Amino acid sequence: MENCYHCGDACADKTIEHQNKFFCCNGCKTVFEILHENDLTYYYDLQANPGKTPLEIEGRFDFLDNQNILDQLLEFNEQDTQIVSFVVPHIHCSSCIWVLENLNKIHPAIKNAQVNFPQKSVRITYNNSEITLKELVLLLCKIGYEPSISLEDFNKKEKKIDRSLIYKLGVAGFAFGNIMFLSFPEYFEVSEFWLDQFKILFRWLMFAFSVPVVFYSGRDYFISAYKGLRSKILNIDVPIAIGISVLFLRSTLEIVMDWGTGFFDSLAGLVFFLLLGKFFQQKTYAFLSFERDYKSYFPIAVTQLVENYQHDQKKSDKTNFSKTEIQTPVYELEPGNRILIRNNELIPTDGILIKGAALIDYSFVTGEAAPVVKHSGDKIYAGGKQQAGIIEIEVTKKVEQSYLTQLWNNEVFSKNKALTFENITDQISRRFTLVILSIAVLSTIFWLFKDLSIAFNVFTAVLIVACPCAIALAAPFTLGNMLRIFGKHNLYLKESLVIEQMAKVDTVVFDKTGTLTTHSKNLISYQGISLTEIEQKVLTSTLRASNHPLSRALYEFLQGNEIYTLDDFEEKTGKGISGLYGNTSVKVGSYTFVGNKNLISETETTQVHISINEDYKGCYILHNNYREGMKKLFAKLSETANLVVLSGDNDGEREFLKSQLPPFSQLKFNQKPDDKLRYIKKLQEQGKKVMMVGDGLNDAGALAQSDVGIAVSEDINVFSPACDGIIDAKKLQGLAQFMSLSRKSIRIIKYAFVFSLFYNLIGLGFAITGNLAPVVAAILMPLSSISIVVFTTISTYLLERKTTFKNS
Amino acid sequence: MSIIYVLITVSVIVAIIFFIAFIYSVKKGQYDDTYTPSVRMLFEDELVHPKNNKKETNNKDLIKTSNQ
Repeated sequence: MENCYHCGDACADKTIEHQNKFFCCNGCKTVFEILHENDLTYYYDLQANPGKTPLEIEGRFDFLDNQNILDQLLEFNEQDTQIVSFVVPHIHCSSCIWVLENLNKIHPAIKNAQVNFPQKSVRITYNNSEITLKELVLLLCKIGYEPSISLEDFNKKEKKIDRSLIYKLGVAGFAFGNIMFLSFPEYFEVSEFWLDQFKILFRWLMFAFSVPVVFYSGRDYFISAYKGLRSKILNIDVPIAIGISVLFLRSTLEIVMDWGTGFFDSLAGLVFFLLLGKFFQQKTYAFLSFERDYKSYFPIAVTQLVENYQHDQKKSDKTNFSKTEIQTPVYELEPGNRILIRNNELIPTDGILIKGAALIDYSFVTGEAAPVVKHSGDKIYAGGKQQAGIIEIEVTKKVEQSYLTQLWNNEVFSKNKALTFENITDQISRRFTLVILSIAVLSTIFWLFKDLSIAFNVFTAVLIVACPCAIALAAPFTLGNMLRIFGKHNLYLKESLVIEQMAKVDTVVFDKTGTLTTHSKNLISYQGISLTEIEQKVLTSTLRASNHPLSRALYEFLQGNEIYTLDDFEEKTGKGISGLYGNTSVKVGSYTFVGNKNLISETETTQVHISINEDYKGCYILHNNYREGMKKLFAKLSETANLVVLSGDNDGEREFLKSQLPPFSQLKFNQKPDDKLRYIKKLQEQGKKVMMVGDGLNDAGALAQSDVGIAVSEDINVFSPACDGIIDAKKLQGLAQFMSLSRKSIRIIKYAFVFSLFYNLIGLGFAITGNLAPVVAAILMPLSSISIVVFTTISTYLLERKTTFKNS
Repeated sequence: MSIIYVLITVSVIVAIIFFIAFIYSVKKGQYDDTYTPSVRMLFEDELVHPKNNKKETNNKDLIKTSNQ
């Protein structure tokens, strides 16, 4: 079988040959033609099969005609120059960068396009008078780069990137380098003639360089220490702040009184290394968002129907009205408005169904797999996805007040987890600080009696060498490395703190639909009297005519059978379908619909019953498709944690799940989003550390409430609710490995603590005896920092080598 | 030996100039995307032939028709 030249998919049903190249569909061929016509075929040379099949877009971007929305989306809008930024999820290789940056070759009105690969975004400068934004978006769609525009882009404020850490690091590094050069002469050539002449200048220059280091670069440590002390926590920043201020004050005093050179180089080095650790820990995945709420999924605008009443004078009892469709931003919807929802569109707010056959998939909100049929007059809640045809809805609530958006008002979404958690470094520092302070006081008291002149020296020296630079570096570097290792294996964590939390987890809660099962094809099995070939063909033809998701799933399963043109077809909503071909009649649907009088035991699985010529044949059973390797994962996880499955679905698969889960695991069915949240809260009140693994919006509350919320995603670019981490669905099996890795990294940190305490003890030896020369501090301090960095880097690397990550 | 005052002044000024250049480049966003430029510089421009005007008009039509 040939693979498509454009998208690389196997050409399943048909192959289109064009210019000696094979394409899987006309869509792919068209993209090739556009690129070929514009001399952009280099696209295919850079990377084989880089493309994506363009999707149907009919009417989906009509909202870009609305001037109001345009104003919100454009970054810059002046006369002939417009600038807009889009997130394009498909950006994945160098070909993508190349073709998007050569957009101007396809359309001359595009002046410039610049791709930001890590963020998967493209920034386009164009001329509004020659190409409208809608045309631009359609052009992108045509070449397979459909931008994702959601409600989140509306009201987009100027993004403020916080670069202050880089500035601080820059200042500290700059000062560190210069101070080192200036301090070197005095370390090696004491009381040399020329040196004695210039040392005053050197010392004051060092002082000048260190002022911005203390008051700008090191500012955060003072603020954090102050905050910690005020809430009675001895965090790691307390001894660091003491260390920095003592270093600065003593050094200043030394040069003022002409006692010595001071410790300016150690001071700048300390701050530089600390900030380096902070910077290293700050790995972010620019293309992922962990703070998503409903806004990322909601459309930016919907089709509103506006009725123009025109009272006809002649026929006073009749009202002529015409409806016009306009695109309205969802925020402007008012109760009473009529909106039009097309197939596969998301319903943005609560309303009442007015017209059309509604088949609404609430899996997004509730986790229930089967869509719900609604009749006109029924209430429809926001977040559902229409599955069949066009429906008309009368809005009853504004978007901000709908049931779904109310869910986001729960306090768990505004709580900051990081603040309620004492990290491993702070735990250590609590004891460490007290010990150091008592050593400093005791040794000073000792020297007060023995030799008054050096008592002050000893006191400050103890505080200087005790500054826990190496301790403060151990966690950032270990966890920062781990974060990168996890990311390489497709578990993307929000911040390194999550790893610490993961190491403590003792209860793992799984959602069922979408987490343990895949969204893709259902497994289907047949039970009953086998069907003849003719019967199968008629059945397939009947299923083909129906739009019900179960029919479609079954049709896909039976596909390959010849299709007849049916003589008769009827669909009874909520019951089933019937078809007639020649003398074979088929009924497909619920148990009672197919006309079987004998009662069979009521089961909870999803079944589609079949009868041929009013004769009951059997049923197709649709199983949820469980991900591979779940049993192994459960077994592995149960060694260290309790397992719970919370499902929004019915309990049809209770027995199956029981067989998969280790004994004593909990199973809960029919759980609404609120129930899940409360269940996790209850576990936490019992002192459990809970990890929630979920996928949909229905888990969003539970993910936020849990200690570690991991979202499972089939496509990391597209969908995930607010969470602490996103795992690629293919890697879910490896969750146990990730958990054990996180526990091991905590062990590495503890070893590193012991290691750095060793350095502190050496330093203390010098300090207590009153022998801490600046040169000793200048050697000891960077040495301890660098060796900790090397130690943690090597051990995390070895850990990664030793772990085998499972893939499915 | 007072030349050392001049030398130090000059060297500190040079260092500060570089430091300002660094801050300026960070502020301009040069370090925001460290990946894309590394790919971009490897593209070979020569492979793209200069386009003729006929095609441009074709494209305009193409986009207009797609719009309907």
